[in-house]
Amino acid sequence: MAALRVPCGAAASYRLFLGGRVSFARGQGLWKAAAAKLQRSPGCQILRLRHTTVVAARKNVAALRHETYTVDFIKKQIEEFNIGKRHLANMMGEDPETFTQEDIDRAIAYLFPSGLFEKRARPIMKHPEEIFPKQRAIQWGEDGRPFHFLFYTGKQSYYSLMHEAYGKLLDVENRQDQLRAKGLFSEKTKAKDPIGSRWLIKEELEEMLVEKLSDQDYAQFTRLLERLSALPCDAAEEEFVGSFRRSVTIPLRKQLTEPLQCDEKGMAFSTGQGNRKTAKAKVAVYDHGSGRIEVNGVDYLLYFPVTQDREQLMFPFHFLDRLGEHDMTCTVSGGGRAAQAGAIRLATARALCSFVTEDEVEWMRQAGLLTADPRVRERKKPGQEGARRKFTWKKR
Amino acid sequence: MDPLPGRAAGGREGGRRAGCARHEFAVAAGVRRRPLQLHLVQTATPGPAGPSGKTLGSAAASAAREPERSSDLNERILSEPLKHFDFFNVKELFSVRSLFDARVHLGHKAGCRHRFMEPYIFGSRLDQDIIDLEQTATHLQLALNFTAHVAYRKGIILFVSRRRQFSHLIENVARGCGEYAHSRYFKGGLLTNAPLLLGPGVRLPDLIIFLHTLNNVFEPHIAVRDAAKMNIPTVGIVDTNCNPSLITYPVPGNDDSPPAVQLFCRLFQTTINRAKEKRKQVEALYRLQGQEGAEGRGAADPPSPGVQAELGLGRCA
Repeated sequence: MAALRVPCGAAASYRLFLGGRVSFARGQGLWKAAAAKLQRSPGCQILRLRHTTVVAARKNVAALRHETYTVDFIKKQIEEFNIGKRHLANMMGEDPETFTQEDIDRAIAYLFPSGLFEKRARPIMKHPEEIFPKQRAIQWGEDGRPFHFLFYTGKQSYYSLMHEAYGKLLDVENRQDQLRAKGLFSEKTKAKDPIGSRWLIKEELEEMLVEKLSDQDYAQFTRLLERLSALPCDAAEEEFVGSFRRSVTIPLRKQLTEPLQCDEKGMAFSTGQGNRKTAKAKVAVYDHGSGRIEVNGVDYLLYFPVTQDREQLMFPFHFLDRLGEHDMTCTVSGGGRAAQAGAIRLATARALCSFVTEDEVEWMRQAGLLTADPRVRERKKPGQEGARRKFTWKKR
Repeated sequence: MDPLPGRAAGGREGGRRAGCARHEFAVAAGVRRRPLQLHLVQTATPGPAGPSGKTLGSAAASAAREPERSSDLNERILSEPLKHFDFFNVKELFSVRSLFDARVHLGHKAGCRHRFMEPYIFGSRLDQDIIDLEQTATHLQLALNFTAHVAYRKGIILFVSRRRQFSHLIENVARGCGEYAHSRYFKGGLLTNAPLLLGPGVRLPDLIIFLHTLNNVFEPHIAVRDAAKMNIPTVGIVDTNCNPSLITYPVPGNDDSPPAVQLFCRLFQTTINRAKEKRKQVEALYRLQGQEGAEGRGAADPPSPGVQAELGLGRCA
């Protein structure tokens, strides 16, 4: 048995290592009594003795639980937000009654200027509904009886939705059977939905139901609705199915097609601007030309000796099959040779939008001619040789 | 047949068939105890400044009498049905003939037979087992009677099945009688780990009715075992290939034919609705009696003590 050393300082406490790990309460007297008891008990062996402070390691229980916000808490937050909004309006010298969210954002940006790059880390003041995650209220009444008849499945909204959809399916089939029995049934092929709508995606459905779903659940849901939509439904059922479809409008980033301008000679032309890396280009494309291209006052053959760059310049014309029909004058500065070529290409494509139909503009957009290339040179970091390249690793 | 055995106040006894030991610690802190009896007694005591706050002085005097009267009332309401063998007259809802017409007597082939179902089998014809409908009738009467009692005492009833064919029907049945259904994929710890899955302070079902005891892979449904673990009484329709041992009130019968399942659903729905109606009637009756009695007692009492008793009772509704 190791010798027990009595501590000198009153504040020090000990951690004894027995077969398992045991931490004793602080306080000399308590420890002495415990140690004395241990010495007397035959089976244990004190392996080591240390002068250390005992730190009560407590699990962070709050972090393990999901944060639940009570209804009262949220209500209080909303009241505080409204009062704060009025104070803010007062501070800014505006009318508290007509102080909108945009005004709040502007006021906060003015009062608390932040240089942080991450926009979400900057100070915000928004309505608590947007900040606190949406949660479910308590699902049962005072007597403990849940409100929803499918509560004990765990996913009441999802299963009740499936139940409803299946009920509608059965109704439709019954109706069909009745019509068939009367002999009035006609094989009507439903008009196929145009490509303009799609089913809800899983995230949207989860948000709608305020419930977590699995991929299989989502697949089942989609399958059931497809089955329902394939049958001849009446207005109520169509509406039900329609509430789970979203329209797919191609987001045309408002390519404002500028009208053609005319210069003093009466030639129609159109301008465009473009950039790539650090190169900036301005281009004027003339109608009824012969395919001459002038860059910074010099013919493009001389300015761009490399074939690749000249191909870049020609590509928009080539795409629209207008290779020999336009003349082009451009000014470009900054960047290197390939960057300048890319900048001129983008500017040309933008200028050509005015000469061309909307469909062709859409094709150009899908081909990537109208998108500015966002890639810029990545900075070199300390401790590395380049942006990504690390120094040679030496084992010893 | 002796009336419901060992039925003291409170319906939480597992019953004669539950073979497991009482797991007291299984009722974890988060699960609300199923206080079918206690709950009513507690809520029967309105505060001294009760619902009618105006009459404080006399209310204090009569409030002492009110709890006694309402607790007496409650005890009578709850104990009255227990004195009869078939208080809700469930026997008239079915007959052996109606069971036969619904094809309840048809079991599976002899090869699928479960050993413990042999007592319930009448015989086999062309290798198909035939269930003894006399026994089915007795068991069904006991099961329906128990269901009615649970519904009368405002217990939570959960219909469980894992047959996709009848899932929609069972959910409709549950909705029709104001109870709950679970005919979907049964998540592992739904009953045993309910505070985590369903929220803290959730109240578990007081009765589980199995319309199909087997799941889609012909194994016993997990809820049978879990209900036995959590001391929840079960009523189950057991076919010839099912294991009836863990079920409190097994009802041997066919669970595959649509007419049979529809018959059972109809029976359960009718009994539960009947029991709830009966409860409303009995409460109204006792309320009236209480009112008359209080009026007879004198004018010193605060106005309409029957109203207070009603409110005291009404709170547990």
